[in-house]
Amino acid sequence: MTGFSNMDPAIYARRKRANFIGLVLSMSAMIIGLAFLLWILAILMIKGFSALSFSMFTQSTPAPGSEGGGLANAIVGSLMIVLSCTLFSTPIGVLAGVYLSEYGDRSRFAAITRFVNDIMLSAPSIVIGLFVYSLVVVSTKHFSGWAGAVALSLIAIPVIVRTTENMLKLVPISLREATFALGAPKWKVSITVVLRAAKSGVMTGLLLALARVSGETAPLLFTALNNQFFSADMNKPIANLPVVIFQFAMSPYENWVDLAWGGALLITLTVLALNIVARVAFREKVSA
Amino acid sequence: MNDVDNMMTPHRQSVLRWQRWQDFFFEKTTMVFALTTLVALTGIIVSLFISSWPVLHTFGFEFFYTIEWDIVNSKFGGLIAIFGTVATATIAILIALPLSFGIAVFLTETCPMALRRPLGTAIELLAAVPSIIYGMFGLFIFAPLFAEYVQPALAGTFGQVPGLSILFTGAFNGIGILAAGLILAMMILPFIASVMRDVFEIVPPILKESAYGIGCTTWEVVTKIVLPYTKTGVVGGVMLGLGRALGETMAVTFVIGNAHKLSPSLFSPGNSIASTLANEFGEAEPGLHYAALFSLGLALFLITLIVLSLAKWMLIRAEAKKGMKS
Repeated sequence: MTGFSNMDPAIYARRKRANFIGLVLSMSAMIIGLAFLLWILAILMIKGFSALSFSMFTQSTPAPGSEGGGLANAIVGSLMIVLSCTLFSTPIGVLAGVYLSEYGDRSRFAAITRFVNDIMLSAPSIVIGLFVYSLVVVSTKHFSGWAGAVALSLIAIPVIVRTTENMLKLVPISLREATFALGAPKWKVSITVVLRAAKSGVMTGLLLALARVSGETAPLLFTALNNQFFSADMNKPIANLPVVIFQFAMSPYENWVDLAWGGALLITLTVLALNIVARVAFREKVSA
Repeated sequence: MNDVDNMMTPHRQSVLRWQRWQDFFFEKTTMVFALTTLVALTGIIVSLFISSWPVLHTFGFEFFYTIEWDIVNSKFGGLIAIFGTVATATIAILIALPLSFGIAVFLTETCPMALRRPLGTAIELLAAVPSIIYGMFGLFIFAPLFAEYVQPALAGTFGQVPGLSILFTGAFNGIGILAAGLILAMMILPFIASVMRDVFEIVPPILKESAYGIGCTTWEVVTKIVLPYTKTGVVGGVMLGLGRALGETMAVTFVIGNAHKLSPSLFSPGNSIASTLANEFGEAEPGLHYAALFSLGLALFLITLIVLSLAKWMLIRAEAKKGMKS
């Protein structure tokens, strides 16, 4: 310690104390975050699994005041809406991502698109619901499952565009050049070489987008609305898990609240499973 | 390759022309798809503006700073909802900011290497939990505990301080502006934390190593090297979280209380733009009420647009520093 003879021990002690306090606080922040995640998951498991029953998957949502009932119509409706949303948003999102990555190097249009896309990534989902309401519901004069799928697509597309572009950018230039040298036109290079090389990364983006829209409630409130009865008609209002959860959780009936917890558990498990699959299966490629 | 003259036979030329046409078609098609988000953004602004025109025309700019929300007499002002949105988002940021900073510091500096990945993923999973789950959790689990323990404690401490007491008065019923702000804070925490962690990792190791080399403590490295270097990125991350908090619907609707009144107390129930829309839009009749809800939507969209644009601009500036790494 002789080398540090000009060091004031009081200052040294103070700096060490500041360091200790700062690091302890940062560790407590981490613990608070983790504890909150575990708390939410634990509550969901306890309330959700006690509400889970076989009839939940076979019966439709109960009328006010009646006993029992299930979520079959809502589960089917949610699956249909999310599936249609995937069918709409995948080609649009992936091809837009291809444009940004393959043609958007120095173009001003691409830079603006990228900027707007990132803003739409966090745009308030309820406003997107309002937009689709005035676009689709007002012009067709009725709520419909299709309107819900369009609203969810507008949320999913920016996620897919962003991840697709990032993943295509990771494909080495030399791979493109090699294909060009064989005389392939650019579209063939983009689709059969670049997109194929980045396939797993693009899939990750799709899964993450799917996870994001599966839990969205606000955009469905004014588009797909809800339907107390079983319906698989996408042209009519259709029951879906998030809106059913919203209405049932706020209701005074005990069996409705139980069903809401059961539905909440289903949604959360789906979303977390999609996230974990996307992360584990394509581990090193996730950089979005 | 053996015969250069052969390269441009009429057949080859037609193939080339055909390929060039294909490429042109492919570029324009993908470009149309890329246009989708641009069209959506302008479409949202235009359609919201058209739908809210009756209210903007009747009440003018006054709509945005008057309190009255009288459905029966068709008098509308958006101040209560706008105040609720801004107040809950501000509370959320004030709480989430230090916590997410702590998490980002822990994940980049002190966390053992083996734990970094799983803990980072855990925080990202917190961001993946759907917002309606936060809402239910807030209403059924958090609000009762908040009313029984936290509100009396706050009223007993800060409520006794002159000047602050006005913020902590009223019944302890668990739901209200403060409860909504707290649930929102937990929701945006993982967003801000993961952006901060990402920008902290941009700092060139050599800068940090030099600081450690002259005897800095970890905390000094964080506050005097990492933080100044990543300032714009950190602010961008916070603004991103703010954008999310402003527009969040479900988590807020469950716990804010849905009461159309303005009160200085953080315990009192209120309303945010998003919760007003979620609750009233289904029952609104076409007419002024309907247009008033669209005007609120327009206000919300414009506010978040500004916040998110600033956030994005700052993150782009932070990202540009990455290029100076080596």
